[in-house]
Amino acid sequence: MANGNSAAITAKSFYEEGTTKAATGIRSWIFSTDHKRIGILYLISIAAFFFVGLIVGILMRLELIAPGQTIVDAQTYNQLFTLHGVIMIFLFIIPGIPAVFGNFFLPIQLGAQDVAFPRLNLLSWWVYIIGATLALISIVLPGGPMDTGWTFYIPYAVRTGTNVSLAIFAAFILGFSSMLTGLNFVTTVHRMRAPGMGWFKMPLFIWSTYATAWIQIIATPVVAITILLVIIERYFGVGIFDPALGGDPILYQHLFWIYSHPAVYIMILPAMGVVSEIIPTFSRRTIFGYKAVAMSSLAIAFVGYLVWAHHMFTSGMSETAQWIFSLLTYLVALPSGVKVFNWVATMYKGSIDPKPPFLWVMAFIFLFSIGGLTGLVLGSLATDIHLHDTYFVVAHFHYTMFGGTGTIFFAALFYWFPKMFGRMYNIKLASLSAGLFFIAFNTLYFPKFIMGYIGMPRRYFDYLPEFASLQVVSTIGSWLMLITVVLIFGNLIYSAFKGKRASMNPWGGVTLEWHISTPPPLHNFHEIPTVKHEPYDFSQLKELEHDS
Amino acid sequence: MIQTTNYVETVDSVMIYIVAISVFLLLGITAVMIYFVFKYNRKKGHKPVDIHGSVALETIWIVIPTILVLSMFYFGYQGFKEGKYIPEDALRLSGVGRMWEWEFKYDGFSTKELYVPVNKPILLELESADVNHALWIPALRVKTDVIAGKLNYLVFTANEVGEYEIACAEYCGLNHSQMYSKVIAMEESEYENWLKKKTSQKEPVQVEKNNMKSDSTEVQL
Repeated sequence: MANGNSAAITAKSFYEEGTTKAATGIRSWIFSTDHKRIGILYLISIAAFFFVGLIVGILMRLELIAPGQTIVDAQTYNQLFTLHGVIMIFLFIIPGIPAVFGNFFLPIQLGAQDVAFPRLNLLSWWVYIIGATLALISIVLPGGPMDTGWTFYIPYAVRTGTNVSLAIFAAFILGFSSMLTGLNFVTTVHRMRAPGMGWFKMPLFIWSTYATAWIQIIATPVVAITILLVIIERYFGVGIFDPALGGDPILYQHLFWIYSHPAVYIMILPAMGVVSEIIPTFSRRTIFGYKAVAMSSLAIAFVGYLVWAHHMFTSGMSETAQWIFSLLTYLVALPSGVKVFNWVATMYKGSIDPKPPFLWVMAFIFLFSIGGLTGLVLGSLATDIHLHDTYFVVAHFHYTMFGGTGTIFFAALFYWFPKMFGRMYNIKLASLSAGLFFIAFNTLYFPKFIMGYIGMPRRYFDYLPEFASLQVVSTIGSWLMLITVVLIFGNLIYSAFKGKRASMNPWGGVTLEWHISTPPPLHNFHEIPTVKHEPYDFSQLKELEHDS
Repeated sequence: MIQTTNYVETVDSVMIYIVAISVFLLLGITAVMIYFVFKYNRKKGHKPVDIHGSVALETIWIVIPTILVLSMFYFGYQGFKEGKYIPEDALRLSGVGRMWEWEFKYDGFSTKELYVPVNKPILLELESADVNHALWIPALRVKTDVIAGKLNYLVFTANEVGEYEIACAEYCGLNHSQMYSKVIAMEESEYENWLKKKTSQKEPVQVEKNNMKSDSTEVQL
């Protein structure tokens, strides 16, 4: 399978050879149609926004260290939690893994030279940047940052004087970036697989990114239309959602969640794909239940469309709607369970080398399991009525989104960093940061489960004295988290410039990205490979080592 | 259906049921994972074995979780129905949520706290005067969104004399976190006295000012 690629070792990498007229400098990056450069552009921009969102989160936790006003007033706090949500969701978690690692590795893992539409790919990044810039402008314009929460519930979002229209218009623009990326990936997977790469020979990261891409294409237009309707309502006073104008606020919630619930699978599915790559590589054996893992991605994508109204159990829907959505919510838990069981089974009789990416995956399995299992508490009607809109929900989605997708964003970075940058980071520091992350994470978020159950509502600037001690624990957790993130990025940024040169295949992986030189050449493969093996067939490892 | 069970206990028992199964699964998965990492550590020099899967195992870990989650669904739904059940002898009250306070309406006057007789099922009908709110009584495990133009209801019974916090659980702007009130549960006789006293105290002019028709769907800004 690696025929002809030994020559690649001496070839120029994509850093030395670009697609633009300008050979070097910023133009050779921001106008590049090379999927790898675009991946790195996304990485830099997404990591920057993650850092901003993190700082906003740290400020929120600092405000909540004691009851009453601590560092900011109520209005500012309301704007901070909105900003935190909007940045983390629209600028970090939703694009995160597909835009960075999907862009960089999806074509390589398929045995392709680029995505199907390289220019559209560059446009997607530009659209992302334009959307993000609009969101930033909405912060500084008179009127002030939006204070509605990231869900923009009507009627409040129609009545507040803050810059809602521009901020949600930014989300509208960002949606196009997401849709175009999805379109590009679906086409690439259908049309550009290397000879011999049948559907069931594709790495599982491709399967999950493929399932995600369909959600991006189908669900995102719903939120785009909803946002336009809100803007029309705000500017022209047309009654669509606001009851004062004759609209229906519940209709808004339905339309919002018809997108935003599938969107949580846009967030988590690619992460699940990364896990399915890392576990076989570090266990050096094939994945357990390949087809079950691949099909569970499609099942999650499909059933994920049908559960949105579980965000609305207290809204006063009909009892029939309530039990149907509760039942469907439980069904979506099953394919996630199948994945977790297959991942652990993949470790059975493997040859496990717990290097940093693997340690991050172990942290993920624990944290994501808590996230998923507490989802069962929220899927149940009796308990959800009590826990809806409380800290319990805040804890639950941070365990799934940050403990799930966020953890795997780091895992993916540590896994693919040597391939992307051609250098190795400090392994000990990376393992240490995984351990520290685990402690910081649980200190930060676990107390929120308890607070929620005993009566702490979410989005509260102030709280009753009985929550004070748990709030302090959570705030201390936020400081540990900041230290951990600084360690992670300190290690990686330093190593990107000064790290030891990485070999072609530092972990002993067998998917196609490990068959080519490090960092990859501009067109990935000098000769399109013919795929003969299953994706996780480690018998090819000897051949590969021989090649290099 | 006779309301012999306490709704709080019902909700808590559903919670305990789900959490118990979850803790068992979480610890099981974690323990097996950690065991594998030590047992099959590369340092020990095992030769890895490619096992492509097992239809039997896949079936087991689809079927057993299906049964578990269906039971969770069932208990959750049963508990929920218990909470939504309106007993015939329920005392009907109504309230309004507005930025950022609650108003509860009685015959001829209204209050900022919700006064109720103890051990008496209460049917509380709620509507918003402006944006979305949610009335939550954490100690009684009940909550409903309060939405303009839509009449939502809550059924609860305070089983002990005393005060129960009411919090607003749906974000509603600047002072969302200050939108607290209380349920004040009193002995039946005490409640009757309170009601009489309040009715005779209030001037008719004030009554009209505070009195919004509970069936009104008009939005008051």
